[in-house]
Amino acid sequence: MLNTVYRLVSPGQIEAVLVEENITNDAVVICPTHLSICNADQRYYNGSRDEKILKKKLPMSLIHEGVGVIVKDFSNTFKEGDKVIVVPNIPKEVSETVAENYLSTSKFRSSGFDGLMQEYVFSTPDRLIKVPDGIKDEVASIIELLSVVVHSVDKLEKIRNKDTESFGVWGDGSLGYLMANVLFYTYPESKIYVFGKNEDKLNFFSFVTETFTIDSVPKDLELSHCFECVGGAGSERAIDQIIDKIKPQGTVAILGVSEEKVAINTRIILEKGITISGTSRSKFSDFIKAIEYLNKHEKLKKRIELLISNRIDINNIHDIHIAFGRDLNIRWGKTIMNWKI
Amino acid sequence: MIYAQIMAAGVGKRMGNTKLPKQFLTLGGKPILIHTIEKFTLHNDFEKIIVSAPNEWIDYTLDIIAKHELEDERIKVIEGRKERNDTLYSAIDFIEKEYGIMNDDVLLVHDAVRPFVTKKIINDNIKMSKDYLCVNTVIPAIDTIIRGFNNEVVEIPVRDFMYQGQTPQTFNINALKKSFNLLTNEEKKSLSESCKIMHLKGYKVKMVNGDALNIKITTQHDLRIANAIIEEEYWKEN
Repeated sequence: MLNTVYRLVSPGQIEAVLVEENITNDAVVICPTHLSICNADQRYYNGSRDEKILKKKLPMSLIHEGVGVIVKDFSNTFKEGDKVIVVPNIPKEVSETVAENYLSTSKFRSSGFDGLMQEYVFSTPDRLIKVPDGIKDEVASIIELLSVVVHSVDKLEKIRNKDTESFGVWGDGSLGYLMANVLFYTYPESKIYVFGKNEDKLNFFSFVTETFTIDSVPKDLELSHCFECVGGAGSERAIDQIIDKIKPQGTVAILGVSEEKVAINTRIILEKGITISGTSRSKFSDFIKAIEYLNKHEKLKKRIELLISNRIDINNIHDIHIAFGRDLNIRWGKTIMNWKI
Repeated sequence: MIYAQIMAAGVGKRMGNTKLPKQFLTLGGKPILIHTIEKFTLHNDFEKIIVSAPNEWIDYTLDIIAKHELEDERIKVIEGRKERNDTLYSAIDFIEKEYGIMNDDVLLVHDAVRPFVTKKIINDNIKMSKDYLCVNTVIPAIDTIIRGFNNEVVEIPVRDFMYQGQTPQTFNINALKKSFNLLTNEEKKSLSESCKIMHLKGYKVKMVNGDALNIKITTQHDLRIANAIIEEEYWKEN
């Protein structure tokens, strides 16, 4: 079946390409409707990835956070018109020891494999999740990011010590915001502190115990476990502060992606017996759990709506450039592309 | 109701020595017509997808639809006619006899040999057909258009106002029928453009944006280009 795929061919340059898709007996055809721009997509688009990586991965269609509508299901799993989330991780093998999101053989949309910027997305039913009624399309398009947060909290839960007095979240962006929310509902008795660079962004974290700018962290504050949701150049400083503020035998979860290698003070890690966990992708079951979170906590849906700063109708390639351009310049939140191509 | 008609009744006068009509030639491993029908089967708005094939190629058309497992009950293969507008009218006849025509019934007509039509172009046609009785798909003219006669330039219109017509074209069936019946025999013979039927009879025709990729595969050269621009789905290393 012929399909138009919108691929990034080089930074800032998107081309429509006609692709012949092979239809198998279990193929599901989805019409994408709401696509959310992730920092990873933005790094490809604006060329901030290493040149060698760009050369290796492009041309490629971007976007791995999004929802769409079923238009044809050869597997008879879904009904036409069902709204679904497309799980970007596509495992190619089953391992008893390594989860699907960490297998090196797994494919990931918009990272070496075409993402969701397509006329139609072709999937298999095992990579689709029906969006329940009551979750808005825009919110559903961010569930991928929420699932990564849920996965990280789950992972930390399995390796942490018994101390749940306090949690620290470094990062005042979308990832930090979702993390603070999930911690708020997972550990209702615990204190949650958020650390960021920007006071105006920290103001959105109205539900947490306290927020601090990274220049005004109290000296005597100690934290049971910490989450790094910064990434990029700020990652190093964030991890340094975390190591300083975490209690002995605390656990640190790192979620922020950085292009450069990050120097870490291993001496203090050894001294304090700190455990470190890393996560940037989620697995199918994390999406289910993220949806359960949303269904259980009506307020969480409302809070996620506050994350959506840009809503841009996409009718042609020029509109995609506008969306990525605006996304680059927003102070807070996410850009959602209403995909009408 | 919204009906689709795929015009596959041509016998390929412009394709050179090809024995198969152009709509049946292979593009990326499948007949062009199959690609086009597949695109339409993804639109749930259509009540029926009528494929107008030449009389002697009807069985062939049914065979290739079956061979490519296009199991969509909405597909109906009917006999086309020699002239485009007669083929158009035969679909209206078919709809009237089989299902009856209601006042707001719409027919979206598309060339079988434009397999690169997009979801958006089809959706825009359907959307605009709610406000207009006739919709045409166009792209801005890239080359300067020159009107000539006897090898002399008669007029060079301002390019900004010039467009190239594509398909789909979408019609309110009753309004089209009415306009068609008002045409003189002379007009019927001279009209190669279906929207002109309604335009001549005073209806407003809405233009929607087509796409440069929505090419019409008319010559061997077009077919080579079309095959060259299709890419395989591919995986890259993570």
